[in-house]
Amino acid sequence: MFEVFGVSSQALFGQLLIGLINGSFYALLSLGLAVIFGMLNIINFTHGAQYMLGAFVAIFLLQYAELGYWWALVIAPLVVGATGIVVERLFLRWLYQLDHLYGLLLTFGLALILEGTFRNFFGSSGLPYSVPPSLTGGQNLGFMFLPNYRAWVVAASLAVCLATWFVIERTKLGAYLRAATENPTLVRAFGINVPRMITLTYGFGVGLAGLAGVMAAPIYNVSPQMGANLIIVVFAVVVIGGMGSILGAIVTGFGLGLIEGLTKVFFPEASNTVIFVVMAVVLLIRPAGLFGRSA
Amino acid sequence: MAAIEQAGAPAKPIRAWSEPLAFAAMVLLLVVLPAFVYPVFLMKALCFALFACAFNLLIGYVGLLSFGHALFFGWAGYLSAHLAKVGQLSFPFWAGGWQWIVIPLPPLPPELAILGGTATAALLGLIVGSIAIRRQGIYFAMITLALAQMMFFFAVQAPFTHGEDGIQAVPRGRLFGLVDLSNQTNMYITVAVIFLASFLLIYRIINSPFGEVLKAIRENEPRAISLGYRTERYKLMAFVLSATFAGVAGSTKAIVFQLASLTDVDWPMSGEVILMTLVGGLGTIFGPVVGGFFVVTMENYLTSIGQWVFVVQGSIFVFCVLLFRRGLVGELAHHLRVRL
Repeated sequence: MFEVFGVSSQALFGQLLIGLINGSFYALLSLGLAVIFGMLNIINFTHGAQYMLGAFVAIFLLQYAELGYWWALVIAPLVVGATGIVVERLFLRWLYQLDHLYGLLLTFGLALILEGTFRNFFGSSGLPYSVPPSLTGGQNLGFMFLPNYRAWVVAASLAVCLATWFVIERTKLGAYLRAATENPTLVRAFGINVPRMITLTYGFGVGLAGLAGVMAAPIYNVSPQMGANLIIVVFAVVVIGGMGSILGAIVTGFGLGLIEGLTKVFFPEASNTVIFVVMAVVLLIRPAGLFGRSA
Repeated sequence: MAAIEQAGAPAKPIRAWSEPLAFAAMVLLLVVLPAFVYPVFLMKALCFALFACAFNLLIGYVGLLSFGHALFFGWAGYLSAHLAKVGQLSFPFWAGGWQWIVIPLPPLPPELAILGGTATAALLGLIVGSIAIRRQGIYFAMITLALAQMMFFFAVQAPFTHGEDGIQAVPRGRLFGLVDLSNQTNMYITVAVIFLASFLLIYRIINSPFGEVLKAIRENEPRAISLGYRTERYKLMAFVLSATFAGVAGSTKAIVFQLASLTDVDWPMSGEVILMTLVGGLGTIFGPVVGGFFVVTMENYLTSIGQWVFVVQGSIFVFCVLLFRRGLVGELAHHLRVRL
């Protein structure tokens, strides 16, 4: 045990770990938003509700099919992704020719519908979801105690983020995606089915939100409004990082989580607002965002 | 921004009398309705209609979607309620340690309370606006939402707002020391006059040379810049004006309901004002009024169904965006081929 600026190492690293966990979710969600925005030119306001949906699918799987965490980790993103594909085919595809704002309004409406429905059936109080048996317990690192599950969440989300980056920036499929972002008409002329690619991209981005929801279920209470406040913070993260770069979204997500954790240690009153303050400062100094190309 | 459908303005405004006629009908309704409808309900609808008109000034005529207008509505309400009930203002400042500047004010009469709330909204509009207009389009919406959320947390923590309880039992007081506002009829007339005056002022702004520049920015900002307009300043001015009128609505609502609470600063309120404007018709003059009355009436009838209200609101959003982008008034204006 030692102290840093009058704060015990246990408290400091404990908060930093919580920051890192929050950062994992910021990174996963803002990554999904960035991928969707790149292809569809739509800011997906439903993202928070879809994250909540992922957590509820995990609960349903446990209650009705007795499938545990590891199954949920595979099935829930697929289920959420599939609902995303339905949403894209039914609603979003009519909006691509219109102003961006209509996409935001439509997905906002969908978020209200999803969250209202769940709140109606499950109330506002949260449901517990237990940590899988293989990941209970923790390691004593000397300066702090590290619960295994939290270490897993940070590692897994980092791995998923980096894999997504690799696929988009370094593979042929990613090259098609990036090309279609730049000039869909030309890519279609080469015989690539761009509309299907758009649909699958939305499904994938939304699936990421579902995955984040399952990973969050054992840490936070699973409740209908778990995504509503989170999505606003993620929007701020996206504004800070800029949506131009995938690595930028990942770095900004984790970095802001850490900043939030530090604020909780040294100035707890501001922990709710620090990310928004950072956003305002970044906008004043670098309007395009840290990693963004100018709009 | 040209893709926002301009239902209210067909290529040739054929009948110029449509707007004065509609305005006369609106005034007539405001005179007649209290005989049939509960005045408190009408006053609520008028406050929200004005809020929606203020919001429409930004989305309908500059093409900027603010997702944080509850910030101005709610904070104006807080200040107005605080000034009317307590009066005394204290600001913390840093001088080697936190100190308080105290401005000893008595509880203020309603007109000054509303003015104070409105001034607060204008100041907040200036601050938020100068940060938010640094980015365009979709980012603008996200920034305003984030800043509004920040001020929501501030409202939760600041002592003078009384957190979850809100500022309750705000006295309505005597207008100009003469008119007793605890009388429902007097209060209604006051609200109706504030609403009509603000409505006319907004109409005047939209049809002024300044308003024409705003519309030019909405249609094609690079072109407006190339014509020599400093569009940033126009956008900021429009933002401040919109925040100010939202502040008028919020301050008045706090006096009418004798209450300022967290509901009015939270993000669902920002969503609600978007819904009102969308239902009524973006970029139409009377649309936000119709939309405001529509949404308030709907919520009045739907209070019994609890959380389903959100589902209904969400469904209206989806319906309007997909199939009804002109809104009620916009659709009417389109069919009659008039401006409304």
